[in-house]
Amino acid sequence: MLKHIGQYFLMIRMIFIKPTKGKIMRKLIFKDIHDLIIGSLWIVGFLSFFVGGVVSIQTALNIENPLIPKNLVGFATRQSVILEFAPTFMSIILAGKVGSFITSSIGTMRVTEQIDALEVMGINSINYLVFPKLIAMMLLPFVINLSMFLGIFGGWAATIYGGFSSSADFIEGIQLDFRPFHVVYAFIKTFLFAMILATIPSYHGYYMKGGALEVGKASTVAFVWTSVVIIVVNYFVTQVLLA
Amino acid sequence: MIQIEQLSKSFDANCVLDKVSTTFEQGKTNLVIGQSGSGKTVLLKCLLGLIAPDSGEIRFHNNAFSTMKDEEKRILRREIGMVFQGSALFDSMSVLDNVMFPMRLLTDLNEAEMRDHAEKVIQRVNLVDANNKLPAEISGGMQKRVAIARAVVMRPKYLFCDEPNSGLDPKTAMVIDNLIQELTHEFNITTVINSHDMNSVMEIGETILFLKDGKKEWRGTKDDIFKTDNNAVTDFVYSSELFKKVRKLYLDQ
Repeated sequence: MLKHIGQYFLMIRMIFIKPTKGKIMRKLIFKDIHDLIIGSLWIVGFLSFFVGGVVSIQTALNIENPLIPKNLVGFATRQSVILEFAPTFMSIILAGKVGSFITSSIGTMRVTEQIDALEVMGINSINYLVFPKLIAMMLLPFVINLSMFLGIFGGWAATIYGGFSSSADFIEGIQLDFRPFHVVYAFIKTFLFAMILATIPSYHGYYMKGGALEVGKASTVAFVWTSVVIIVVNYFVTQVLLA
Repeated sequence: MIQIEQLSKSFDANCVLDKVSTTFEQGKTNLVIGQSGSGKTVLLKCLLGLIAPDSGEIRFHNNAFSTMKDEEKRILRREIGMVFQGSALFDSMSVLDNVMFPMRLLTDLNEAEMRDHAEKVIQRVNLVDANNKLPAEISGGMQKRVAIARAVVMRPKYLFCDEPNSGLDPKTAMVIDNLIQELTHEFNITTVINSHDMNSVMEIGETILFLKDGKKEWRGTKDDIFKTDNNAVTDFVYSSELFKKVRKLYLDQ
C-alpha cells in the first residue's frame, strides 16, 4: 500500500518534468478535452436532469405538514444539487466513465509496448500521457456547473409538471437563504476531484502488468480507488470548509 | 559498436542475466538467440535503458552508459531505433503519422520536410498506398515495415529488434529479415536482433550470441553454428528434423 502511494506521488512529480513539445502537447490536450469533457456532457446532462427531478419529487412527497412552506422543495433541491449531487455524485459517475477510459487507454498502451516505444524515443511518457488529461480535467468545474443548472432545472420541471408546487414557490425556494460560498465550496472540491479523476486512473493504467484481462481488472480497481479517494477527500474538505 | 561487460540483472531471487559480456559490431546484424526465459528481452531492455542492470557496464562506442549525464543519455536515445515484437504502433495515428512521430517530437523540421522524409523512408521499406491507413487496417507484415520505418526515420546509429518476425509467415519473415539487414548495411547501423527463429539465424546472423539461463553460452557466426560441438547450441538450433538434415548436408559437404 505504502509502495503504491509513494509510486503515485513520484508519478505526479514526473508529470511536470521533461515536458513534451508545446505544439504536440496542445493537440493532445484538445483531444483529451474532446474525449474526457465533451464526451461526458450528455451523460452528465441526462443524469442531472432526472436526478434533480427525483430529489424534488421526494422532497415534495415528504412534506405533509401544511405549516412547512412549499418553497422548501426548491430550497432542498438547490442545496442537494449544489452541495453534493453535482460535485460529488457526478464525479463518482465520471470515475466510472472517464476513469475507466483513462485506465484502459493507458493500460492498452502499456500492454502493446507503446509506452516503451515512447520511452525509447527519449520522451517522458508520463508527461506525454497524463499531463494532457490533467489539464483537460481542469474543465470539470464547467461540467459540474452544467450539472447544477440541469439538476435544478429538472427539479423545477418535475415540481411543476407533477403538480407539487407552483413555479413561483420553487423559484423563491431556489433563492431562499442563498450563500455564494456554497458554490465556491462545490467548485473547490470539484477542482480536487478533477485532479483525482485524472491521476488515479492514469496511475493504474501506467503501472499495470499483464495482458488484456489485466487491463479490465486495472480499470475496475481504478474505479474503486478513485471513488474511495473522492469520498474521503469530500469528507475532509466538507469538514474544513463548512463545519 | 556496443560492448557489454559483466552485465547482471536479477528480479528478487531470480537471476535473469548472469555476468554477460559480449560485443555487438557496427554495420552487422547481431543476433541474440536462446529459449524463452533465457534473458534475451531483459538484455535488450538493459541496452535500451528501460531496465537498470544490477551490475556491469554497457558501452556505446566506448561511452559507458552508467556514467553518461542526462543530456548525453537524451542524445543517445535519439540515436536508437527500436522495432518491438508487436510493432507498438500508435493505434490512433495513421501510418504516415506513426513514421513522422519521432521527427515531430525530436526535430525542428517543418511539416513539409518531415512528410517528405517520412514518405521516402516508407518507400524504402516497400510500403505502398498505406500512408493514410491506421495500423489496425494493415497486415502484420505491413505493420512490421511501418515499425522498421519509424525506427530508422531518425537515421539511428543503433537498431534494436525484439523478435521482428514473430507471428509472420516464413516468406514475409524472410522479407523483414532481409530488409533489416539491408538497412543495417546501408546506414552502417549496429543492429541487435532478439530471435528464436532459426531461419533468421541462417539468413542474417552475422554474429550470434546464444544465451542459456541468463548466461552467455556461445558466440559465433552463422557458419560457425554448423560446426560447433556445443551441446546446448546444437540442442537448441537443431531441435527440428529439418535443421538436423540441413546441418548434416552442410557437414557432409
